[in-house]
Amino acid sequence: MSSPLPPVHRERSTSIPAVLVRIIVLGAVLAVTAFTVPLMIQQQQWMWLAVMVLAAIAIFVIYSTKRFIPGKYLFPGTFFLAVFLITPIILTVGYSFSNYGDGTRGTKEQAVNSIIANSVVQTDDSTWYNMSVATQGDPVEGPFTLFLVDPATGTVYSGDEETELAPVPAADVTVENNYVTEASGYTILESREVNDAYNALQEVAVPVDENSAVRVQGANQAYVGTTLLTYDEAADTITDTQTGAVYTVGTVGDSEYFVNENGERAFSQSWLQNVGWSNYQRLFTDSNIAGQFLAAFAWTLVFALGSVALTFVVGFALALILNDERLKGRRLYRSILLMPYAVPGFIALLVWSNFYNQDFGLINTTLGINVNWLGDPTMAKIAVLLTNLWMGFPYMFIVTTGALQAIPGDVMEAARIDGASRFQTTVKVVTPLLLVAVAPLLVASFAFNFNNFNAIELLTEGGPFLPGEYTRGGTDILISMIYRIAFGGSGADFGFASAVSVALFALTGVLAAIQFRFTSVLEDVN
Amino acid sequence: MQIRRKNFLALSGIAATTGVLAACGGSSDSGSDSSSGGSDAGGSSEGAAPERADADLVIWTDEVKAGALEGPAQDWAEANNLTVAVQIVADDLQGNFITANQAGNGPDMIVAAHDWIGNLVQNGAISPVQLPSGASDAIAPVGLEAVTYDGQTYGAPYAVETLVLYANNELTDVPEPSTVEELVEAGEAGGAENVLSLPVGEEGDAYHMQPFYTSGGGYLFGEDSEGNLDPSDVGVGKEGSISAAEKIVELGEQGVLKTSISNDNAISLFTDGNAAYLISGPWALADIRTAEVDFTMSQVPGFEGMDPAVPFAGVNAFFVASSGANQAFAQQFATDVVSSPDIAEAMFPGNELPPVNLELQEKLTGEYPDVVRVAEYAEDASPMPAIPEMAAIWGPLGQAEANLVGGADPESTMTSAGEEITSQIG
Repeated sequence: MSSPLPPVHRERSTSIPAVLVRIIVLGAVLAVTAFTVPLMIQQQQWMWLAVMVLAAIAIFVIYSTKRFIPGKYLFPGTFFLAVFLITPIILTVGYSFSNYGDGTRGTKEQAVNSIIANSVVQTDDSTWYNMSVATQGDPVEGPFTLFLVDPATGTVYSGDEETELAPVPAADVTVENNYVTEASGYTILESREVNDAYNALQEVAVPVDENSAVRVQGANQAYVGTTLLTYDEAADTITDTQTGAVYTVGTVGDSEYFVNENGERAFSQSWLQNVGWSNYQRLFTDSNIAGQFLAAFAWTLVFALGSVALTFVVGFALALILNDERLKGRRLYRSILLMPYAVPGFIALLVWSNFYNQDFGLINTTLGINVNWLGDPTMAKIAVLLTNLWMGFPYMFIVTTGALQAIPGDVMEAARIDGASRFQTTVKVVTPLLLVAVAPLLVASFAFNFNNFNAIELLTEGGPFLPGEYTRGGTDILISMIYRIAFGGSGADFGFASAVSVALFALTGVLAAIQFRFTSVLEDVN
Repeated sequence: MQIRRKNFLALSGIAATTGVLAACGGSSDSGSDSSSGGSDAGGSSEGAAPERADADLVIWTDEVKAGALEGPAQDWAEANNLTVAVQIVADDLQGNFITANQAGNGPDMIVAAHDWIGNLVQNGAISPVQLPSGASDAIAPVGLEAVTYDGQTYGAPYAVETLVLYANNELTDVPEPSTVEELVEAGEAGGAENVLSLPVGEEGDAYHMQPFYTSGGGYLFGEDSEGNLDPSDVGVGKEGSISAAEKIVELGEQGVLKTSISNDNAISLFTDGNAAYLISGPWALADIRTAEVDFTMSQVPGFEGMDPAVPFAGVNAFFVASSGANQAFAQQFATDVVSSPDIAEAMFPGNELPPVNLELQEKLTGEYPDVVRVAEYAEDASPMPAIPEMAAIWGPLGQAEANLVGGADPESTMTSAGEEITSQIG
């Protein structure tokens, strides 16, 4: 940092508009930060709060002075990289060591609350009352007294947490439409106030007898109910008050649940836990997955290479034909050939999947054949490649047309003068020159098709599945098979899915490295 | 030039920051648009969850149900001096709801099918709904059975759906066959291109195949001593399922069941007059009426000399979110849905689903006899299992059934499907 600045930076530019813009922009950053920081604290978004504050500090440090010239250029890219790429990767790796998924999203406290709250049931022949909530204290915190009217008899009762339910003398209250609207010495809550205080009101149980109590139901009703379960925080157990059964915390699979005396899961609610390497263990020791992996990998390579080769050959051939100046109306032909490229991919795939229907599809009915396109593994593979050819050749056609036109005419003329036929010129002169320009695009196309999830999922959903085969279908490429393993089974299992993603991330990383090598080899040729 | 570049960089830095903020911070301040009681009709274009509207009662549901609910909900709110907002979640309502509820910015209620209960409960996303004392007399038993899970009631049911058999009177002489064999014979005699249109597809469809699966003797889950479904007793792969598999293979060989018929074309085959019979739900009624097919509706028959066919019943219900901001109003609305037929009746014209309220069924018999008959047939159906383990059934069982239609070996196919399901349940 001690080295003097290069001369070019001496030309300081401090025009008034520049300073103004800087002040406005930095002021806006400050304003946005000041506005969102309290919101994030309120929502307990600690990670994003840190990102926000760090970004704001960085913007001020980097852009408020004339120093850090490289930083000014590097910051936006680095920022996006960190927020949109590195953060998700870190989060994914973090989740892959947890049991995050359906039934395990929340905290243990939330799970216990849910279990206990769900155990409140109506007593047999429960009476339903028209309820008014009253208080002598604060309308938000209570304490609350319930005034109840039995709609069948018109009798008015009242009671609170401590006082058992008892009839109220008619003189003390005003009743309208079977609801108590006034009670001497009490304030009756408006329905919105009842709604606001509902969490506190849920706790209110006006004792009726030993086992049952009147509980609040909605803004204006109450019923006689009883809580079947209680949670003992000290012992960390849940007790069934009717049968006396005690449920303790025990491990089922890789997660903790409340279990009965036999160690079986008693409630489906569990909580977010760290499960160590168990997701990875499941991924790498499941014999079914391991057995199918190589087959899926092989077909993925065939699919990706086949798609690239077919689309290139067809696109190149069409480009050559339409590059011949003797052909009239070339523009029109070219536009027509580009049409598959103009149809949105997912619509085209769904339409094609209907074309292949064995009994009602366009292909079989038009050609008068009865090919089981999507039910036979080999035919399904062919169908997938054909569709991908249709989807992909316009791209290759555009690319090779452009490359062809960039090849100087005198090269071909020279070949012609040397006595080469048209065919020889094309194969020995034009193609090598063209490949130099197009090869990196072929590599990119291969990389795209290697993970071309849409083409498989929308066309065949990985099928057909042979009898007894549920992990990998006939046209499953790696990515579609892994998607099914992660999300196909019982509900969302984000922990396992994250582990699968991390594994796939490593695999594609290796492939990308190989591809980079391959591209640099081509560059050497050039 | 240098200044301009700097400015540009500074601006893009700001844009980045604000973009991130908009993505992660926007939740509380939504403006005043919906407080007047209007609904948020759009939702987000990407099918993500909408931002929670600002009203005394916020209900999330899919597009069709939202259309039917909008008016009745507004009337209810007006009568109670409240505001209500019905919001559409076009895609993955269940997942979006669980996530939003967990984050504390979800709705107060959702309208959905009862088979979500198991997953919603294990995620702690819904609260029990206590049904008023008269409910057992006012609501059809299948509706109450469907919303009861582990001995607790979790929803306010209002409509029920199940599979029925539609016959094209011009293509068959037996519009109400009492057995599958009779159906096949009559369909073949009628000369229709296809005897039966039942969606199978390459991946299978365990929902539509369920009548044949049960008639053949198959079951999905056993029951424990308290009558709750027992996920450790999976019926797929057991003896009954294999005899059902043999029957399915038979129908596949006869060309009655085809993998080329899927949900994409099943109803249109029937409405175009290319199939003598159709097995589908009340949702097909509108298309059939539009096509002016002369049809007869009856219960799905079973195989001769075997068990009766028991299709699934799906019950639509209102559920109360466990972390909604307005649980009192949500509970009040749920109670009102059950205690009188008014809300369900007002919703009917917008979405003609067979009601579970008995009084409403009687009222609609004259004008909508078909719809009410579906509700009656649903009494013999069995509510779709709501336990979360059901998610493991659909894929493997459907796939196995599709393979059976293609002629796979009944015993090994069903056994392997059972093993796959058991291993997924874990």
